[in-house]
Amino acid sequence: MKKAKVEFKNITKKFNETVAVNNVSCTFEPGTLTTLLGPSGCGKTTSLRIVAGLERATSGQILIDDEDVTILPATERDVSMVFQSYALFPHMSVMENVSYGLRMINKSKEEYTEKALNTLELVGLKGYQDRMPSELSGGQQQRVAVARAIVLEPKVLLFDEPLSNLDAKLRRQVREDIRSLQQSLGVTTIYVTHDQEEALAISDNIIVMKDAVISQQGSPRELYNFPSNKFVANFIGDSNIVDATIISNQQNNYEIKIGNKTFKIQSKLKAQSSPHVSIRPDKITILKSSKDNDLEGQIESVSFVGGSMQYKVKTSIGEFYVVQYDTENTFKKSEKVFLNFSSESIKLLSD
Amino acid sequence: MRKLVVGWILIGSLGFFILPWYMINDGFLSFSWLLEYELEDHASGIIFGLTEKKWLLPLIGPLIFPLILFFFKSSRRTYANIFLISGLIGFFYFFFQGYAIGVRGWNYSIFESLFGEIDRQFGIGIGAVFTISTFIFYITHGLSSRGWLNGDNFIVGTIWLIIILVSLFVFMPILSMLDRAFINSEGVHNLVSFSDKFINKGLWGLDCLVTNVGCGVVWNTLIMGALTALSSTFLGLGFALLVARTNFKFKRLFKVLSVLPIITPPFVIGLAIIILFGRSGAVSTFLEWGFDVERSRWIYGLSGIWFAQTLAFTPITFLVLIGVIESVSPSMEEASQTLRAGKWQVFKTVTFPLIRPGIANAFLLGFIESLADFGNPLVLGGDFDVLSTEIFFAVVGAQYDESRAAVLAIILLSMVLLAFYVQNQWLGKRSYVSITGKGDSGLYAELPQSVKNFIYFVVVPWGLLTLVIYVMIMFGGFVEMWGVNHSFTLKHYINAFSVSFDEKIGLHWTGTAWNSFSTTFWVAILSAPPTAAIGILTAYLLARHNFIGKRAFEFGTMLSFAIPGTIIGVSYIFAFNTPPIEITGTGIILIISFVFRNMPVGVRAGIASMNQLDPHLDEASATLNANSYQTFKNIILPLLKPAIVASLVFSFVRAMTAISAVIFLVSARYDLATSYILGRLESNDYGLAIVYASALIVVMLITIVIIQLLVGRRKLGRRDQYFSLMQGNTG
Repeated sequence: MKKAKVEFKNITKKFNETVAVNNVSCTFEPGTLTTLLGPSGCGKTTSLRIVAGLERATSGQILIDDEDVTILPATERDVSMVFQSYALFPHMSVMENVSYGLRMINKSKEEYTEKALNTLELVGLKGYQDRMPSELSGGQQQRVAVARAIVLEPKVLLFDEPLSNLDAKLRRQVREDIRSLQQSLGVTTIYVTHDQEEALAISDNIIVMKDAVISQQGSPRELYNFPSNKFVANFIGDSNIVDATIISNQQNNYEIKIGNKTFKIQSKLKAQSSPHVSIRPDKITILKSSKDNDLEGQIESVSFVGGSMQYKVKTSIGEFYVVQYDTENTFKKSEKVFLNFSSESIKLLSD
Repeated sequence: MRKLVVGWILIGSLGFFILPWYMINDGFLSFSWLLEYELEDHASGIIFGLTEKKWLLPLIGPLIFPLILFFFKSSRRTYANIFLISGLIGFFYFFFQGYAIGVRGWNYSIFESLFGEIDRQFGIGIGAVFTISTFIFYITHGLSSRGWLNGDNFIVGTIWLIIILVSLFVFMPILSMLDRAFINSEGVHNLVSFSDKFINKGLWGLDCLVTNVGCGVVWNTLIMGALTALSSTFLGLGFALLVARTNFKFKRLFKVLSVLPIITPPFVIGLAIIILFGRSGAVSTFLEWGFDVERSRWIYGLSGIWFAQTLAFTPITFLVLIGVIESVSPSMEEASQTLRAGKWQVFKTVTFPLIRPGIANAFLLGFIESLADFGNPLVLGGDFDVLSTEIFFAVVGAQYDESRAAVLAIILLSMVLLAFYVQNQWLGKRSYVSITGKGDSGLYAELPQSVKNFIYFVVVPWGLLTLVIYVMIMFGGFVEMWGVNHSFTLKHYINAFSVSFDEKIGLHWTGTAWNSFSTTFWVAILSAPPTAAIGILTAYLLARHNFIGKRAFEFGTMLSFAIPGTIIGVSYIFAFNTPPIEITGTGIILIISFVFRNMPVGVRAGIASMNQLDPHLDEASATLNANSYQTFKNIILPLLKPAIVASLVFSFVRAMTAISAVIFLVSARYDLATSYILGRLESNDYGLAIVYASALIVVMLITIVIIQLLVGRRKLGRRDQYFSLMQGNTG
């Protein structure tokens, strides 16, 4: 399959006065799967629809393989899309659905039948060609939608929250299927979701969007380990956002103070004088006693959630959410405790 | 794309160079000219242009100008401009020559002084229609090539087609009617003439308040509308409560009754009332025999019209109100009950306030229906004149006064449009009822006793009366002569629908009704497909595309629904009696009037079902290489089948039963069932009229049942939606 590069150059999309996408520039590398991640209304689906040609950008340019396709309608773009609702044509059989795109460009019957059958086999639906969409399960419908999109061998494949109509157990399976299919085809893929776990699991790259702009982009690991702002720190995984004070700063080497304890940390970000830092809940250890100037607190609530314990701990610099995997030796409500965390677990944020 | 362009150039050339340019005498679509070609009647545009009608010649320029694109390479912009300019020139020249030159040469003396005298013009024919269609294609192709609406030729073309059709067949007639209101008896525009006719004691007089003389027509109309609206809303509410909130045994029967007005020609109720309560009616005879009640003429006048209209329109208010009542969530009543409210308090403080907007809506609908009704006032009016009948008599009666008809029509139109405006704008935003599709499994509170009493003692008897009326219509035809001789006979049926068999001619349709019946049937059949097509296309544009002026477009397409039939009829006469579109007296005008009158229902049906279609289906089709025409054909149309069938059925039924518009448009050759029946009524031939009316009702019942069986009831969509399509002004 063709591998195309997709580029956004200063794309803005307005609906009347509402700005859905605000001056966004980014690149989707050939052959990769990039996820647009964000809460609802952040502009991720609009961005996807701009790639598809279903919306026209108010200003800016969109390039596919260095060709300007900004004003081309969807029909004339070599881009296929898998819709959230699948949008299978209910009055057509699986075969008719999958071959639809080929029939629209007047391929011969032998050609479109063969291609459709091959693609159905690829998605594991061999023998289902004569069924109607209503006779399929949700997961099967989803695979038909994928088959219908890839049978055209598009330059770019788009997914708009394809798992949101599946039940939780099936989701993990289907997202693995999509990932392995994408890797075997090597097609440039853009995937929209609001589920951070899904995004982490499936992507080569993630673009986190918030309020119509890109908040941060990078590989799943980069985003999880080095969130650059409060929003990303909270949106991808859980975080305790804590006030800190900078004591000294020498080229990326910071000395900061949290509570009464100082830490030496490294960060490429330019921090403010009293920045926020993020600490993941499972990177904190709760201690009964401390000699190390650790943060003192009091247990506010205790929950047992199966594999771990969740605590809320009230401290002088705010409430902490802490996850401990020791479910045998637990702490009680109102107990005085100390919170211990390492310098490596502290991530400096830009805001 | 190239194929499309070549195709349209060929169509235009066929229209201009070969087909008869003008309307031919034996009908617009007749092919007799192929057999007996006569140059002077059947010549094409080019031949006329070269001989006596030289003004047609310039059309050739814009028609073939785009051909140069096949010889020279051009940029996309030049290409677009050449089409756009050729189309615009051709289009405007076509209409300029059409309206500037009339049956007596130039219509405007200024041109005569400029260009000298000129030959007369006839109505446009098939050739001219082909040519103008090609000009319209040039315009839309030019616009879409310039990037209008994503360069989508199909969408641009459809929008223009509908705009032009609606302008020609909805706006233009109304405008020519407005124009006619200002023309005095000498044919000169005159404001004084208008004000004379407008400020007129016959219209606005209030004599009835103080003397025995009747009031002005306007007051009569308003009184009639208000009374009918009040009584039919009241009874409709009763029926709706009966069906939705009681365990009354026969309530399903009332639901069935509610469908009847849709398939009943509007004046048939009036007819049934005459044979029941008229001077020689069954009830009157019985009362005189049993109780010595003197026979009277009470049914002729306001009381009779009110009676008939209440019978006719109660089912319509019922349909509105049952929808509202059924969508009130029972949990609200349950909440009220748990807050210690008694039965009457629940009804008064929760149920009634929630359905109040629906009641106002039903009232306005009843008012509009009553104003638009033509059949009942005509049959039962007596000396009580209302606007719709006055308009009719102003045109067909001895007084023959077109401008008076136009003035009356304007008054009626303003009243109806005002009511529609109030209904849409004011009430549209005040509905508390929200349909969420969320299951709500509560129980409705029991009705208070006083409301139950009202239902059982008023509503149920009224329902029985309606039933009796329909029984009368069905069996009234088997009686020799009402009031005089009540013996069983088949003579009316034989008179109307007899068939004889002759060895020479074969089957011979000897009954007097067959002629109008077959015309009605064919006109109804022929008008159904274009009605549905234009309706669905419009719905598709409105529901799925955004373009400048969309609101105005929507208003224009829905307007004809608000216009009473009488006004459509009058305005069509004014607009289409002279070239360029000279179609009065033909079957075409009947079909066109039905198409544009019933089109809004197709639009509504289309939009309703389009809103249930996932828009992602269109988009999926677009990302799969399909252009908008392919998407429309392959995805939208198959999925809209229920809506298409509904509007086909509806337009067929409406065309079979309509009277108010067509009574102006029928001719000796193209008479319709309803106007034929009305004619029989006027000559007191009740037997034949009843026989014919009941036959119509049965035919339509059968048609609806067959179509329901063919398509499947479930696919016709939700019940109330289906019925809501069916209601509308039955005028």
